[in-house]
Amino acid sequence: MSALTAATPSRAAGAVLRAELTLFRREPGSLFWIMVFPTALLSVLGSIPAFRTPDPEHGLRMVEVYVPVVVLTSMVMAGMQAMPPVITNYRERGVLRRMSTTPVRPTAVLASQMALHGGAALLSAVLSLSVGRLVFDVALPRQLFGYALALALSVVTALALGAAISAVSRTTKAATAMGAAVSLPMMFSAGLWLPVQAMPELLARIMEFLPFGAAARALGQAAAGDWPGLAHLGVLALWAVVLTGASARWFRWE
Amino acid sequence: MAIIEVRDLRKVYGGRPAVDGVSFAVEEGEIFGVLGPNGAGKTTTVECVEGLRVPDSGSVRVAGMDPVADHRRVTQLLGAQLQESELQAKLTVREALELYSACYEQPVDWRPLAERLGLGEKLGARFGKLSGGQKQRLFIALALVGGPRVVVLDELTTGLDPRARRDTWQLIEEVRASGVTVLLVTHFMEEAQRLCDRIAVIDRGRIAALDTPSGLIGRSAGSTVISFTPSRPLDPRELAELPAATSVTTSATTGERDGRITVHGTDDTVNAVLSLLARHHVTAHQLRVVDATLDDAFLDLTGATS
Repeated sequence: MSALTAATPSRAAGAVLRAELTLFRREPGSLFWIMVFPTALLSVLGSIPAFRTPDPEHGLRMVEVYVPVVVLTSMVMAGMQAMPPVITNYRERGVLRRMSTTPVRPTAVLASQMALHGGAALLSAVLSLSVGRLVFDVALPRQLFGYALALALSVVTALALGAAISAVSRTTKAATAMGAAVSLPMMFSAGLWLPVQAMPELLARIMEFLPFGAAARALGQAAAGDWPGLAHLGVLALWAVVLTGASARWFRWE
Repeated sequence: MAIIEVRDLRKVYGGRPAVDGVSFAVEEGEIFGVLGPNGAGKTTTVECVEGLRVPDSGSVRVAGMDPVADHRRVTQLLGAQLQESELQAKLTVREALELYSACYEQPVDWRPLAERLGLGEKLGARFGKLSGGQKQRLFIALALVGGPRVVVLDELTTGLDPRARRDTWQLIEEVRASGVTVLLVTHFMEEAQRLCDRIAVIDRGRIAALDTPSGLIGRSAGSTVISFTPSRPLDPRELAELPAATSVTTSATTGERDGRITVHGTDDTVNAVLSLLARHHVTAHQLRVVDATLDDAFLDLTGATS
């Protein structure tokens, strides 16, 4: 009996994760924006001849500069655009409440949502890096461990930001709107419109204090073979901690 | 031993008590009804039993355990159907049943349960595409899939058509026959009268009465209702003086012109009315003698305060 009770929570959490994975696969919109769009964007940019020739000033090709940008775009799509409406909808419709009446805590549903959206963003990053390498001959990150660390911190921060959006949005509509509103500065700071390297000095400095500005810098450094700057990793970690705390403080189950 | 024990339960929302000192005990194997007008505190009370809400004061025990502190153990033996909750819109019926089975240590086989609830044909349908009645039946299945000792059903048959409602009642009786205790929140009098062994009538956060359905009916003034249309007018005062007559209503007071008279009383009143009619040589057309229903008792018990 004790063995049975010990085994049950993980079995139940596994069942919740499986069910949420099934549901996740039934959202073609989210799947497209997280998994396909970033790499498609990279391919479009990479097909512009000017993006494939090295810049005479710093010797970088634009397509190289854009790899970390599209990697971060997938995280913004997953954490800010896709996940918050799902969680808010679950709360609004009483899905979380219904789960609360079983031995499984509704945190299992939230954890599954985070794992799936985070996992999808990471897969998308791998896809972008692979296409960059195979199609556009962009070297893989030279400081692999540093890159993985920066990537992991970025995912955690994106999910924490998404959780915070879910926490403060009362309705699904509000979560969608807020997610879109937060995504814009996040994608800007990641360099989607103007790579950080091309920004004026002051603007670039400011962007480094935003989570995805810092992430873009850290990924760029690791890609070039350097250990990512502690300041950038610190900014990311600080955002992750603050946003997680805020979500835990303001999240309502119903 | 009582399987559910609620003692002096209080819960305040925004300064207004939703539940204000409710106590009751449900015996194992019983169908216990919680009846009351909208906003009386029924749902808040059972949500405390389900461990969804933390009481402000008082205590709740399910099989001797606190539903909040012992959440995992209580939920293993308590199945719930909530008044307002939905599932993930794109989850199919089969996936929902599998998911909720996996939540429990010793679930029952969900296939026969789904068949019994008429969901056998709908296993591949997504929750969002189900009709109101199908959703409701799925929620009943989910409340039972963990093999519970207690089920809490809140507004069980709301949204069901009359036939599905009767089927559901039969199912609840079968569930009880298998030894499961049922806590049933309802505002359908017919449902409470048909299913419940005992009923707590809750009004404004307090228990207005707690008795068997027949006890509640008998307790209300005028448990027998005699109605007829006299062949010529009668003096209502004369009827009111009859033994055990508690109230006399003429159609004049209800605004109709057919001259129909309704007398509430007991079996003695029936005979007295008949002999009065004979003495006055009055014929009673469309004479009806019926037992008062739970409806009458309910209005009587909650009417004074509303």
